[in-house]
Amino acid sequence: MRKARTQQAICWLMRAATYSIVLVIASIIFKIVWNGLPAISWEFLTARPRLSGSEGGILPAIVGTLVLVVGTIAVALPLGICSAIYLSEYAKQGKFTRAIRLAILTLAGVPSIVFGLFGLGLFVIFLRFGASIIAGCLTLACMILPIIIVSSEEALRAVPQSLREGSLALGATKWQTIRKNVLPYSIPGMLTGSILGIGRAAGETAPILLTVAAFYLPRLPKSIFDQVMALPYHLYILATQHPDVEKVRPMQYGTALVLLTLVLGVNLAAILLRIRIRRRQKW
Amino acid sequence: MKTAWQEKAVKLTLFSAASTSILIVLGIFTFLGKEAGHFAVTPGIEKLLSGRWVPVSFQEESFGLLPLITGSLLVTVLAMVLTIPFGVGASVYISELARPLEREILKPFIEILAGIPSVVIGFFGLVVLAPLVKGAFGLPTGFTALTGAALLALMAIPTVISISEDAIRSVPESYKAASLALGASRMQTMWRVTVPAALPGIVAAVMLGTGRVIGETMAVMMVTGNAAVITGSPFKSVRTMTATIAAEMGEVPFGSEHYRALFCVGIVLLLATFGLNIIAQKVLKKYRMG
Repeated sequence: MRKARTQQAICWLMRAATYSIVLVIASIIFKIVWNGLPAISWEFLTARPRLSGSEGGILPAIVGTLVLVVGTIAVALPLGICSAIYLSEYAKQGKFTRAIRLAILTLAGVPSIVFGLFGLGLFVIFLRFGASIIAGCLTLACMILPIIIVSSEEALRAVPQSLREGSLALGATKWQTIRKNVLPYSIPGMLTGSILGIGRAAGETAPILLTVAAFYLPRLPKSIFDQVMALPYHLYILATQHPDVEKVRPMQYGTALVLLTLVLGVNLAAILLRIRIRRRQKW
Repeated sequence: MKTAWQEKAVKLTLFSAASTSILIVLGIFTFLGKEAGHFAVTPGIEKLLSGRWVPVSFQEESFGLLPLITGSLLVTVLAMVLTIPFGVGASVYISELARPLEREILKPFIEILAGIPSVVIGFFGLVVLAPLVKGAFGLPTGFTALTGAALLALMAIPTVISISEDAIRSVPESYKAASLALGASRMQTMWRVTVPAALPGIVAAVMLGTGRVIGETMAVMMVTGNAAVITGSPFKSVRTMTATIAAEMGEVPFGSEHYRALFCVGIVLLLATFGLNIIAQKVLKKYRMG
């Protein structure tokens, strides 16, 4: 009897652990939404900041983040998908393939601030790009590359072997087979991974801190060699470096809400897309 | 003839794309190693072993990594003390005890946590958790190692849950069936059969979570107070390696000793996470859970 009661207690403890995590997540989101909504206005979203961010809006930071995300994806997506096609369709078991896989695993574990140091050393200083959009995008692209490769490879491997064999048997070459019979079926899966990568690129602060982000720059970028403001960095500056932290609280909550909406919206899109693919694709 | 040529070109393109991952890893080690190497020559690697980090000073600068390493260690250990019971408890609950519908709701909800940007979590810590810690323990400031550790635990938990849940699920159904057939209760089966069988995967999950914790920058920088002192107290302010790089890199002159010392900090970080990752992957692979 006593044993049964202990077991019950353990079960309840684990349930409590699980739901306390849920509670904390909910309270973070609630706190940001509740305090952030009053700060959101048309002016906040479309005006430039004034008085080092105390007044005005956050348009340059929103534009900056969007520019960074688009640039990052433009670099990382083709590179990631090509790597995945090589790994899934061409690579043979061997030293080189093992080295690639080890490299991808290593990249996935490198801390974001170390990517920042690497970007600073290679793109900003060695290649003389300076702190610029191009340096930031390349750094972020290195960071999200493993996410895109891993999910694209998974999508490619999910295509049944018979589709490839059928095409090859009809006399198509390997590349024709991949292009016409494999890629079309794996595109949705690849998209899911890229969307997750977008979310990561939009939310990271540490790499852009060292390679592109401007402390305060109330104008829009004109070329890829300009610096930009970015939402996560702007939030960090407002929350910790601003001379009157308490007074600009509403601006901080507003910025946090915009960033959170952007990143969670992107992640939600990825989750929904994944569910749709699973429903539709039954081989 | 044209197609054969085309096939070769495609293969070569894909091959070079796949090689970039290797190039990036080599690049990271080269560029961090280059600056750290300069530091090792002048002023010499023994400078890093001192117990004081005073990079800007009118008398004598001191680049001892010890306070930063102990800061990172303290925060990491505290974070893992919080992460392990919650993360492992939740993963066992979700995979073994929760009803199917409950599981379908809980899993994506916890995945959301993984998607929240670290700077937003840091901001939450700044406005909610730090005052809470200050009040609860009667401290002069809420910016302590403990505050940082709590936020880091939040960020490690999704990683730990998702990997250990996979490990628990990959335990063959036949193990459980055999245990139940021998008359063991559901709870006994769970604790004596399923969890032990999944243990290597759970250990690997905790290690990967630790890697994430050591490398985290923004949240930690916003709430730990950033005082470079050697302490073992969770209620003191500490400065981690990541926060040091992020906070100081913006102000150092390129090529100075301070600049190079920060790259040395980067190398230590890189090696620590690299080591943890490799061991975790070895464990996962050995038990075929990866």
